[in-house]
Amino acid sequence: MSIELKHVSYTYSPGTSYEIHALKDINLNIPDGEFIGMIGHTGSGKSTLIQHFNALIQPVSGTILYNGEDIWGEKYNRKELRSQVGLVFQYPEHQLFESDVLSDVCFGPMNQGLTREEAEAEAKKALRQVGFKEENYKKSPFELSGGQKKRVAIAGVLAMNPKILILDEPTAGLDPRGRDDILDQIAELHKVRGITIVLVSHSMEDIAKYVERLIVMNHGEVAFDNTPREVFSHYQELESMGLAAPQITYIMHALREHGLPVDISATTVEEARATILDALRESHSPLLKKEGGMGK
Amino acid sequence: MMRDITIGQYYPADSLLHALDPRTKLIGTICFIVSVFLFHTFPGYGVATLFLGLLILLSRVPVKFMFKGLKAVFMILMITVVFNVLLTPGEILWKWGILRITKEGLVLAGTMAIRLTYLVIGSSIMTLTTTPNQLTDGMERLLRPLNKIHVPVHDIAMIMSIALRFIPILMEETDKIMKAQIARGADFENGNIIQRAKNMVPLLVPLFISAFRRANDLAMAMEARCYHGGDHRTQMKPLVYRSRDFAAMGALAVYLGIAVMFRVMGW
Repeated sequence: MSIELKHVSYTYSPGTSYEIHALKDINLNIPDGEFIGMIGHTGSGKSTLIQHFNALIQPVSGTILYNGEDIWGEKYNRKELRSQVGLVFQYPEHQLFESDVLSDVCFGPMNQGLTREEAEAEAKKALRQVGFKEENYKKSPFELSGGQKKRVAIAGVLAMNPKILILDEPTAGLDPRGRDDILDQIAELHKVRGITIVLVSHSMEDIAKYVERLIVMNHGEVAFDNTPREVFSHYQELESMGLAAPQITYIMHALREHGLPVDISATTVEEARATILDALRESHSPLLKKEGGMGK
Repeated sequence: MMRDITIGQYYPADSLLHALDPRTKLIGTICFIVSVFLFHTFPGYGVATLFLGLLILLSRVPVKFMFKGLKAVFMILMITVVFNVLLTPGEILWKWGILRITKEGLVLAGTMAIRLTYLVIGSSIMTLTTTPNQLTDGMERLLRPLNKIHVPVHDIAMIMSIALRFIPILMEETDKIMKAQIARGADFENGNIIQRAKNMVPLLVPLFISAFRRANDLAMAMEARCYHGGDHRTQMKPLVYRSRDFAAMGALAVYLGIAVMFRVMGW
């Protein structure tokens, strides 16, 4: 099972003075079970791209295949596709509308044709998975805090049991604790349910911490598509695109410049700690040895 | 899907008409409308056509945009023409059963068609060359004398410009929420009327909440900047008549004079 994009292009308002080429000849393959990150500055086409994955936008040219079938084919059931490829929009809390949390999460499963009882079972499962407390199931979604609303909205998509889950900046507007909670739960879903995840984010630290493959969008084209380590080693090019590498990357490069033989491809705090300690141990300066000892 | 709709149909370009004061353009539009009704013979319409052609040239807006506005009134135009052709009594040119076409009918239908078309194109020129904000500014300034009889002109203008400003924002919001609900399996296209109305709930509730949230935020932001209505309020970009406006007014006066003359002389 996979999503495959072949020569996909998309233009907003074609033929007018407001014409924007949002996507230019995109070729991508999203196989099952991957945890993919996507970055790109505002207006680089990421949001347009992910809306192609579940047929919310029809490409101007090119084809999109899901499990080998053309999703814009004449007889293709796009409603079915959308329950397999779940998309959580930016600020998903703005889509809540029901009078209580549980009913709102049931909206998706009931659209799939489940009965209220079956839908509630799915909804409860999804709410548990995003760490939403049971005593709040009957509350109005509008009484909840921002982080709680976000969980409910993510559960609303999750309850449809998608095979692929796409999240557009799920942590925007959250405090650091809420952000880590939600991302940890998403990573958990990836591990436990084996769901393919596409995570759009502006936080290079989050990307470095969670994803195994990173797609960088720039001016409607795929600029990089590789492991985060490999992509972040091109940090100067990323900067020219209005992006950056994780802060650790900069520290590693600075340390290397000052003569400490660290591994500059470290992108997370844990990796950095390991390579710094190694470098210090190998180094023969007695002063550094002492510091290395303290690091433990 | 909604992004394609442009509201206020302003067409950005660098032209004399774009540079004119919105008040000049409002007055000009009124003058043109009056002239279209003053002229009542085909030579007269010829003069109006020349004037309109000149304006279109000056505006530097592609002609196809001018005719876009006509689409909306096309049905009314057709009905007017058909009724006038068939129902005007006079010298019969063609007859079939109760249907007959008269010479007077053709003339009257032609006149009505020209008037309607010119009205639409004339006002299109104004809206194409003036941003909605300039328009409301201009209207506020022109209607200011009404303040004397306690019409809250400034408040009305402020409400209008905020409403205009919010249209594209709410359109975008509608598009977003619609897509989000479609992604959750919502269906906005199929079913009977009652079913469809019911299906709108997941769209309308979030949309209303968002509109209230935005209105609230905006009110807060305005109060934070000490906004308290129109009295003694100065403008960041005050409207000033420049020499080109006086020239335009002069040209308008001449044009209107010609129209009056055509009427008086019965040409």
